[in-house]
Amino acid sequence: MGQVIAAATEHGHDDGHHHHKETFVTKYIFSTDHKMIAKQYLITGLIMGAIGILMSVLMRMQIANPEQPNVIFEALLGKWAPGGVMDPNIYLALVTIHGTIMVFFVLTAGLSGTFSNFLIPLQIGARDMASGFLNMVSYWLFFLSSAIMISSLFVELGPAAAGWTIYPPLSAVAKAMPGSGMGMTLWLVSMAIFIASSLLGSLNYVVTVINMRTKGMSMTRLPLTIWAFFVTAIIGVVSFPVLFAAALLLIMDRSFGTSFFLSDIYIKGEVLAHQGGSPVLFEHLFWFLGHPEVYIVLLPALGITSEIIATNSRKPIFGYRAMVASILAIAFLSTIVWGHHMFVSGMNPFLGSVFTFTTLLIAIPSAVKAFNYITTLWKGNLQLNPAMLFSIGLVSTFITGGLTGIILGDSTLDINVHDTYFVVAHFHLVMGISALYGLFAGVYHWFPKMFNKMMNKNLGYAHFWLTAIGAYGVFFPMHFIGMAGLPRRYYTNTNFPYFDDLADTNQLITYFAIATALAQLIFVYNFVKSIFYGKKAPANPWKSNTLEWTTGDKHIHGNWDGPIPHVHRWAYDYSKVNDNGEYVIPGQDYTPQHIPLQDGEEEMNH
Amino acid sequence: MTAFLIILIAALFVIALWQISKIVQLGKSPEANGADGEIANDADNDRQGKFMLYFVIAMYVMMIACFIGYQDYFLPDAASAHGSEYDSLLLLTTVVIMIVQFLTQALLHWFSYKYRGRKGQKALFYADNDRLEFIWTAIPVVVLAGLILWGLFSWNDIMDVDKHEDPLVVEVYAYQFGWKVRYSGSDNTLGDANVRFIEGANVLGIDPTDADGKDDMVATELHLPVNRPVVFNFRSQDVLHSAYMPHFRAQMNVVPGMVTKFSFTPTVTSEDYKSTEFMTEKVSKINEIRRQKSKELEAAGDVALDPYEFEYYLLCNKICGASHYNMQMKIVVESEEDYNKWLETQTTFETTLANAEN
Ligand code: HEM
Ligand SMILES: [Cu+2]
Ligand SMILES: [Cu+2]
Repeated sequence: MGQVIAAATEHGHDDGHHHHKETFVTKYIFSTDHKMIAKQYLITGLIMGAIGILMSVLMRMQIANPEQPNVIFEALLGKWAPGGVMDPNIYLALVTIHGTIMVFFVLTAGLSGTFSNFLIPLQIGARDMASGFLNMVSYWLFFLSSAIMISSLFVELGPAAAGWTIYPPLSAVAKAMPGSGMGMTLWLVSMAIFIASSLLGSLNYVVTVINMRTKGMSMTRLPLTIWAFFVTAIIGVVSFPVLFAAALLLIMDRSFGTSFFLSDIYIKGEVLAHQGGSPVLFEHLFWFLGHPEVYIVLLPALGITSEIIATNSRKPIFGYRAMVASILAIAFLSTIVWGHHMFVSGMNPFLGSVFTFTTLLIAIPSAVKAFNYITTLWKGNLQLNPAMLFSIGLVSTFITGGLTGIILGDSTLDINVHDTYFVVAHFHLVMGISALYGLFAGVYHWFPKMFNKMMNKNLGYAHFWLTAIGAYGVFFPMHFIGMAGLPRRYYTNTNFPYFDDLADTNQLITYFAIATALAQLIFVYNFVKSIFYGKKAPANPWKSNTLEWTTGDKHIHGNWDGPIPHVHRWAYDYSKVNDNGEYVIPGQDYTPQHIPLQDGEEEMNH
Repeated sequence: MTAFLIILIAALFVIALWQISKIVQLGKSPEANGADGEIANDADNDRQGKFMLYFVIAMYVMMIACFIGYQDYFLPDAASAHGSEYDSLLLLTTVVIMIVQFLTQALLHWFSYKYRGRKGQKALFYADNDRLEFIWTAIPVVVLAGLILWGLFSWNDIMDVDKHEDPLVVEVYAYQFGWKVRYSGSDNTLGDANVRFIEGANVLGIDPTDADGKDDMVATELHLPVNRPVVFNFRSQDVLHSAYMPHFRAQMNVVPGMVTKFSFTPTVTSEDYKSTEFMTEKVSKINEIRRQKSKELEAAGDVALDPYEFEYYLLCNKICGASHYNMQMKIVVESEEDYNKWLETQTTFETTLANAEN
């Protein structure tokens, strides 16, 4: 099947890119090329992910065999596992750092950072981000914050351990727990830098999407990936500063004796001077970011799957306008639902009613998206590549996890499941696993573009199926132990005989977790091996419509060797036929965006 | 049942591995030369599409097995007045979401199987259908509106702590790592308190100058008379805690610097709750597990576990430090008579202070 790769021949105002001499340092380290920065984000994110997953396995091993000596603990935790028995404080530290790493470092920076950087310029037809320099600064700030977060694992009294939500006073008062000393300071510094990095990145994405689209790329012709990255960046710009403010105020409470979040505290035989602050205020500030964060993590994953599902179904995404509207609705609503994390925090119950209402509203655009994905598959010609499997897997876990949100979002029902393992099961499926699948789908799909090599598909299949089985094996039974009222963040459950009969299930979950974590090694092997020994990728392996596949296989700073292609249609003309039932381009079931309308063809009026 | 489940799921893993190893074998065949070998071909689509089908069937089996095997994980009937409403709403919501879950997962995986790619198969160019989209926006709107309304009415009802006439007022007090209870005494009014008053025997920081506090009584167990509404005032001396009483469908965070409130009416005494069919079965199952464990422990030279008898409990459900996992308090629900008898054995704050001075 002939592939149409050549870009439009007309010369526009946008050509004439010049090459600079590049040294190793400017090419691989302090690069301003968005493609290289994307790869830096990806590799850093994957390394952080490996650390985060390893931590979750350690936690699960403790839960399965509580307070039993374990050589692995002894080897990895050293003095924090005297005689190989994990210390309770270090369990909480693992919970905290695992959560922080997975949410911020893997799924915010590693997912959104990678694919926003990589795809925005390529898919809108731009030579680079609006500011390559700020983009580079953004990555290096991210790197710095990762390094600080990791270094906090090695401080004398251990890393932050107050949960990824770092609620004061636990996080504010050094006497409350060992991790709230130096460990928490480093956590806060690391996150402050992370936020700066994220803001620089987001501003860049927003400006780039608004200003630098190629001729013909109207907003309504943008691929859904770009819509998702664009709106994600906006949510980030709106909500991250609030977390920054919260962190700043917390730093002041900790170090300068202010009382924003602290009042009437008696600890270790001593009354603290703080008076008049409120921990509930911190909760508001935290969740004002914290909830949008869920969508900062999810929307890019959904954008990625929209693109991959359409391409591999050989069909347009169903309901493009509804998909865009849903993204916008989710973005807007996500900033006014934060209170559902605080139904029983002691805030005014009337507020609880309001937040229940907005929360169930946000379920509606989410449901629309799920239905639209399913309809996109209907009557398709599905090419079940690994990226496609992960995308279908995402829709599956997104539904399973999203549905339990209806229980948690209902203030009445939340009373009895709040902070139990039911919540842990819910958010891991809907945000953790779903976004992780989005990340994997993106890597399998765009690997050929990133590295000019193909990943091994059979290893990809093995990776997918083991992960899919394992993820449900871990997180589906977990709902039931939550329904039994088992609290989260418990070092062991043995002090409550009532929970004794859950022990088997906890062990089962741990076995699945270990198996799933091991299955990720298949991915690591495939990823690393394919970079060096993979088969050379064709220009457009998935027969996709978007512009990134028109650059040819030379990786140059500036993306297109010649002029930037112009755009004449939306990104989803898959299997489009003329009145006579023949494909628009005879013999080819897709029509890339840079191909002008053919004779007698009508533009989709989406 | 659990053992059966483990075997079943382990078997699934093994089958998956076996199938995958077969594919990897196939992948090595000379057919897969060149980069096209890494792109799904008809054989891959066929195989992966079928796996999708097997997967959803396995998933159904797993879901059903979980619901059957874990049915006694669900909390028994609520022991509070608002709890039965809570349970009905939970049941309805669970049924609704499981129906949606079954239908949507079926469609998703069935389509993945049914429309798996084949050479020559033409996909349908189908970009929009306003009517369909309207329908599936409207359905969730209606269903959710119903659930929401019910939820909101119950919520307003449950959270209205002033609705009862003559409730029992009790303070639940949290600290790293334990709980105390303060009864308000004959005046049914709690005396003022602040951590700045904590000193010696005055562990809860009751204001010694406040007359309301003189008859307050501090206890380490929460005793409640059955069928009398209780208003809980929660106070923490150090960090956030959360008072979670799962069997009463009650939970409220305990926040230093403020008093949070929750109220409910216990409706089943501890004795009655223990002797329900559910609880006797559950407890004997737990004791069987504990006996087995004890055998192992004794063989290893450790002390055996005590047999378990059910008591209502309150546990901490907000991360609060190293011993968060072991911050519990026994709750006893008893007849008014027994409750009063027990109360008489408690010491008032006035007496506590006087004793401390001697
Ligand atoms: C192999 C996969 C994973 C396993 C086995 C796992 C396991 C766990 C466990 C055991 C906890 C502690 C639960 C508790 O006591 O509260 C936890 C917490 C958490 N996990 Fe994961 N996890 C996995 C993947 C992820 C992913 C992909 C994310 C990304 C969103 C994630 C985010 C979190 C968060 C935010 C917490 C809460 C931390 C806290 O309570 O402060 N996890 N996880
Ligand atoms: Cu939320
Ligand atoms: Cu606690």
